[in-house]
Amino acid sequence: MPRVQLGLIAHARSGDKGNTTNIGLIALDPKYFAVLVEQVTADRVREHFHGICEGRVERFELPNLHALNFLLHESLDGGGTRSLRLDAQGKTYSSALLRMEVDIP
Amino acid sequence: MIRIANGQGFWGDSLEAPLEQIRRGPIDYLTLDYLAEVTMSILQKQRARDPRSGYARDFPEFVQQAAGDIASRGIKVIANAGGVNPEGCRAAVAEALRQGGAPRGMRIGVVKGDDVMARLDEFAAGGIEMKNLDTGEPLSTIRDRVQSANVYLGAWPIVDALRQGAQIVITGRCSDPALSLAAEIHEFGWAADDWNRLAAGAVAGHVIECGAQATGGNCQVDWRSIPDYAGIGYPIVEVEPDGTFVLTKHAGTGGRVSIAGVTEQLLYEIGDPRTFLTADVIADFTTIRLEDDGPDRVRFSGCEGRAPTEFYKVSIAYSAGYRATGELVYAWPDAYEKARVADRTLRTRLDRLGVRPDGIHTQFVGANACHGERLSGDPSPDLAEVLMRVAVRSTDRAAVERFTKEIAPLALNGPPVVTYIGGRPKIEDVVAFWPALIPKTAVEPEVSVMEV
Repeated sequence: MPRVQLGLIAHARSGDKGNTTNIGLIALDPKYFAVLVEQVTADRVREHFHGICEGRVERFELPNLHALNFLLHESLDGGGTRSLRLDAQGKTYSSALLRMEVDIP
Repeated sequence: MIRIANGQGFWGDSLEAPLEQIRRGPIDYLTLDYLAEVTMSILQKQRARDPRSGYARDFPEFVQQAAGDIASRGIKVIANAGGVNPEGCRAAVAEALRQGGAPRGMRIGVVKGDDVMARLDEFAAGGIEMKNLDTGEPLSTIRDRVQSANVYLGAWPIVDALRQGAQIVITGRCSDPALSLAAEIHEFGWAADDWNRLAAGAVAGHVIECGAQATGGNCQVDWRSIPDYAGIGYPIVEVEPDGTFVLTKHAGTGGRVSIAGVTEQLLYEIGDPRTFLTADVIADFTTIRLEDDGPDRVRFSGCEGRAPTEFYKVSIAYSAGYRATGELVYAWPDAYEKARVADRTLRTRLDRLGVRPDGIHTQFVGANACHGERLSGDPSPDLAEVLMRVAVRSTDRAAVERFTKEIAPLALNGPPVVTYIGGRPKIEDVVAFWPALIPKTAVEPEVSVMEV
């Protein structure tokens, strides 16, 4: 099984709600949805964003859209208007997630 | 079938987009979303200085330019441009219609009642706690620092205004999807408990509310081949009476409507996809079916919904201290290393001065600012330049002010080959948000329609 960056098989968009970032992760081909479900777990995403996300990570499945939605709690240094970070709204976390490596069949 | 266009994703979005939506092809309704979360507190401050202000000024300017088209083609316009002064906005829009040459007799509706700033103590006395939804803290923690408090109203007050013949409806805060959902309810006569159709309408509103993010803007898939960003078309939904709709854009405009881009936007800023919560309905995003419907057309169907909760969401803005951001650019060679030394030097000086802000955060733009050190890997010593960005936050204004005076000196008394951007950093007021719930029965939306 070749190991690839998630960006090869999926795309994403991220945004903010308070101090929480959401990342929608979508399979580029429906056949890769199973890879996302099996390998891009909430625990792995939390580990991936170590140092950025200080709270829990929730994951939701949307099989109809071949997509997952992640909520990264406490990931914006207090939220969009308080944050000291350049990316105060987590807009670039989408491609940060796509750096994760997964095994594809 | 009706066509609903969105021409504004936030206050500050393209000024041309709403005009293009009107001029480039047929539409029945135009919705404009001007209110980001932080906008209300800014408008509140503006109104405190000038009681005639406090609304999105871009809106009457747009109306003046579009007055002829709006009048002659009967296009209805629904905008949350009212901010904290919807009546002031109506007066400005009436004047804009006159200036723009629209015939007299057009009706303008206003929806108010979202602004509960003046009622907070009354609510508290009546046992409405408005605890922070995230932390559970009581509102009394920040009561004396509140700058604005607005309820996210639903679609029905807008429907009421449309039923009274309003051609332009101006609201304060309402849930973003409500602007277009109201048009659908009004045109098709949907019942207040027709959950599946209302849910489909909320989904349509959600997909178009961020403007061109639904039509190829900010879309990751095949981004190099997206045609003509400069002339990007904004989204239009063609809605059927059963709630199914096609997302598209005017022919001949730039951008792209694709299942990939639309899916990105569906997932944008949502939480639990089974529970997309608005004031009017809860939509289940796991029931949506998307189909390709030809070039630049995506068909939505199958959406299921259920009854909403008994509460409105309230957004309360409060003052949370001060912030400043200083920036210096270090050039090749060893730009990252130099910027790191500069950061350490700055922190040592602040420490020796006794300046201890509540928060200080340094990022190295060009090296690892967006994704952080761990994910970005080691920066190359050959980077052409690195921007050092240091931000501080404090409830003590003096600490922030002292910080702003320590950036420029580094350009001469720190590591070499550096250029300084602008003058001393500006001190900003930090506004924070307090999300809370309020029983729907405690809030009375007010609708008034006037002929101008």
